[in-house]
Amino acid sequence: MTKTMTQAPAALAVHELSASYGGRTVLDGVSVDIPAGRLSGIVGPNGAGKSTLVKAALGLVPATRGHVRLLGEPLKRVRSRVAYVPQQETVARDFPITAVQVVEMGRYPHRGWLRRLTRADDELVAAAMEQVGVADLAGQPIDELSGGQRQRVFLARALAQQAELVILDEPFTAVDARTESALLDVLTGLCAEGRSVVAVHHDLRTVLDRFDHAVLMAGGIVAEGDPADVLTPANLEQAYGIVVAR
Amino acid sequence: MSPDDVMIVVIAGLLSTSCALLGGFLVLRRQALLPDAVSHAVLPGIVLIFLLTGERASAATVLGATAFGVACVAGFEWLRRSGIVGSDAALALVFPALFSLGILGITRFASGAHIDLDSAIYGDLTFAPLRTMSLAGLDVPTSLVVTGCATVATILFVVLLWRPLHASTFDPEFAELSGLRARAAGRMLLVVVAGLAVVAFDSVGAILVVTFFIVPAATARLLTQRLGTMLVVAVAAGWVSSLAGERLATAIDSSIPGTIGLASAGLFVLALLLGRRGLAWRALRSRRPES
Repeated sequence: MTKTMTQAPAALAVHELSASYGGRTVLDGVSVDIPAGRLSGIVGPNGAGKSTLVKAALGLVPATRGHVRLLGEPLKRVRSRVAYVPQQETVARDFPITAVQVVEMGRYPHRGWLRRLTRADDELVAAAMEQVGVADLAGQPIDELSGGQRQRVFLARALAQQAELVILDEPFTAVDARTESALLDVLTGLCAEGRSVVAVHHDLRTVLDRFDHAVLMAGGIVAEGDPADVLTPANLEQAYGIVVAR
Repeated sequence: MSPDDVMIVVIAGLLSTSCALLGGFLVLRRQALLPDAVSHAVLPGIVLIFLLTGERASAATVLGATAFGVACVAGFEWLRRSGIVGSDAALALVFPALFSLGILGITRFASGAHIDLDSAIYGDLTFAPLRTMSLAGLDVPTSLVVTGCATVATILFVVLLWRPLHASTFDPEFAELSGLRARAAGRMLLVVVAGLAVVAFDSVGAILVVTFFIVPAATARLLTQRLGTMLVVAVAAGWVSSLAGERLATAIDSSIPGTIGLASAGLFVLALLLGRRGLAWRALRSRRPES
């Protein structure tokens, strides 16, 4: 693969973004460029504004100020090219739906309200489920799956969407170590195909070991860049307010 | 069964059909009390329109009362989101107060007319076959026409908005981001629920509206694993309750909406005990070791 990443527009470019959540200002003029074609992790303590940054960038939380470019475009022009895997808590737990129906939703951004899913859509859905190892769970109701299986299904939905940018909010909570590793392999594979992945995450060790790019947040951006350069004891102390041994 | 009995079952069944279809979404969106709130809030609206036009079961009444119900629910939503009072307190504050206003309106201005307290509380289903209108030269019960139109409109609504309703109920953030206009679909659901609550209010009164919306849907949830099948089962449960309730009411000479509500609750208890997600199944499953 040729190294054209520097010319490509940033996967997620945020400029002077402010947002409040429940009456509290969580983001105040945050600016950051997350490069395309990489596996990027947004890390920081609870309440650092990681999820709010992502949600405000995606228009899920109203931004009070600033502007956002996804893949170099405003959100409304790239909806179908951006996939989002929300935190598990925001998804209705008790909902009558099977695994394959969840993955089929990944084709909705391309088909809209009424157009039927085509055979090509079905094939993409099946391939996505195969890729994350849940093909055998297709007919299973989602509330009978384990946390790890559920998360695989939601990642399959993002894959079926064939998005160029995949954004995940805390994808590895309630997920066993084996699943986490398998999902990270899939995400790394996406980046190798030239797609971009941005994950809000809390496990610094994983980010250090597996991610290409890190953004450390604590209200604002503390540091960003190569994970080894970002997650230094000095930066972590600044973000977490405690001395952290590496 | 006399033709009037059949007519009552058909009207109740049509009402159950449309209520259960929307009720399925409301149960899953944790908005099960919305129809109850709306059915109480629309009473002053109905009285107001009645005072203005002198009509009770006209298109103007349905539209006016619906608009009133939507405005009240929107006001309630605003109060809830502002955090000034708690969500449940806001519910308890707003809707009984509106219902009281409606009762006052009936007793003060409209008593003795075609609208009275009994019908506001129990509905007019029993007398539905007697109130007819002329349609293409035939005398048909007004209720049948109104409920039939509402049912067709509801089915169309659910079919056309299937994807945004389905996706936004399951995963609101994904649905919004997908460009499915999930928030707009949610608001439209509210409007359709309000309109249908007005129609249902006329037949079954303010108290039992919520039963028609929620109980068959909650029953179906215990029996099914897909939204599509859940809604079909909910509609079926609504028809079974309508038939059983009407028969029971005739047998013991009681209020028809009341016995339909009771039959509906009976079906729910059966599903709770025997359904795939019910108690018996759960007890069996908890004995099996975790795989």
